Amino acid sequence: MTGIVNYGVGNIYSVVSAVKKCGEESFIIEKPSDFLKADKIILPGVGAFGKGIQHLQESGIKTALFDIIKTGKPFLGICLGMQILFSYSEEGDCEGLNLIKGNVRKFVFQPFHKMKVPHMGWSIVKIIEPGKKLFNNIPDNMWFYFAHSYYVIPEESTVIAATTNYGYRFVSAVKMNNIVGVQFHPEKSGDCGLIFLKNFLEGRWLL
Amino acid sequence: MATVRIIPCLDVKEGSVVKGIHFENLIQAGDPVEQAAFYSKEKADEIVFLDISATIEGRKTMVDVVKKVASAVFIPLTVGGGINSIGDIEDLLKAGADKISINTAAVKNPSLIKESTDKFGSQCIVIAIDGKKVGPEKWEVYIESGKTPTGKDVVEWAKKVEKLGAGEILLTSIDMDGTQKGYDIEMTRSVSKNISIPVIASGGAGTLDHLYKVIKEGGADAILLASLLHFRKYTISEIKQYLKDKGLDVRL
Repeated sequence: MTGIVNYGVGNIYSVVSAVKKCGEESFIIEKPSDFLKADKIILPGVGAFGKGIQHLQESGIKTALFDIIKTGKPFLGICLGMQILFSYSEEGDCEGLNLIKGNVRKFVFQPFHKMKVPHMGWSIVKIIEPGKKLFNNIPDNMWFYFAHSYYVIPEESTVIAATTNYGYRFVSAVKMNNIVGVQFHPEKSGDCGLIFLKNFLEGRWLL
Repeated sequence: MATVRIIPCLDVKEGSVVKGIHFENLIQAGDPVEQAAFYSKEKADEIVFLDISATIEGRKTMVDVVKKVASAVFIPLTVGGGINSIGDIEDLLKAGADKISINTAAVKNPSLIKESTDKFGSQCIVIAIDGKKVGPEKWEVYIESGKTPTGKDVVEWAKKVEKLGAGEILLTSIDMDGTQKGYDIEMTRSVSKNISIPVIASGGAGTLDHLYKVIKEGGADAILLASLLHFRKYTISEIKQYLKDKGLDVRL
């Protein structure tokens, strides 16, 4: 069963219903012992980095999360749920889980760029080789839904699974061993999003 | 670049859509799930539900409406209307809403903007501003469904809500709303050039050119549409094709 981590803020329900739509059963992870039942984990993401980390820490989920990821179970972090995997975030000047080396930085544009922050809406996702299996049955350069002000900068380019252009090119998906992270919201990206989620749940990308 | 978003707005009263698609072949005309699914299939970029229930019970049914819609439709859902507290926001987010639009309560209690964006993140708080022209390059904020003047300047209020953490502004022109004579381009431009968060334009759309102008000249990032879509004057794909032909980025 897929465990969906609830860490206090945000919209868990749409991830739950998207997983259900993919034909998979899920349950909500509220405390460390809940992880035992999960064979896959999704860490959804809405909210602020500092608050998210704080809640994970206080509930004891942070350590459990760290341990479970190390066991090799398939893990998907969405938006903030991906950012939290990185070493450090500018948002709230906070340390992350450091499972993927790199930083989380805010979009900065000059007024003449006419770029809005947050980056809110549908943007094109360009698939990079390591992401091929994750995006199986999804054509390259399809639209996914984004809602974020911060983006990840991995130290190792080998983890980059997809990129997106918003003023400049940023990393919109990462894959490292059993860990997948996406900046877009597959649960809100219509049919392409559901296919992506299904691909993740089916696990062929792990082979 | 993010694409220009086309967002249908459905008015819901006591759990039923009262301002939505006028279609004879819809099985249940007022069914929020069916209406939302229809627009999602047409490639709406998001959907807004505006709760116009008059009763507390009606408000409560909105949570169920959101739950049902969120389990069937997988594009962003915004809910607005009568939202007053962190508790209201939390209930709707938990039910599956992605964004919450706040209008009157934000004016009466601006700290709600900061509290809610601190807790849930900027991306899920939309501040709705209803503006009325009161002089050259001057617009006043109205609340309580456009009935009550506040003395606040629209541009100043927009700047303030951005500072308090709002993720987007839904800007409606009271003067143009319902006229189909075009947007208040000047007001939209004055707001969009003074803030860096996205602006959703609303009120006055009658032609495709109106839509193009509010983006190109008004600097809007998204368009909220009601009757123009509901009465099938244009379909979402017709609108997007038109904007694309004019050189704008859209999701087709």
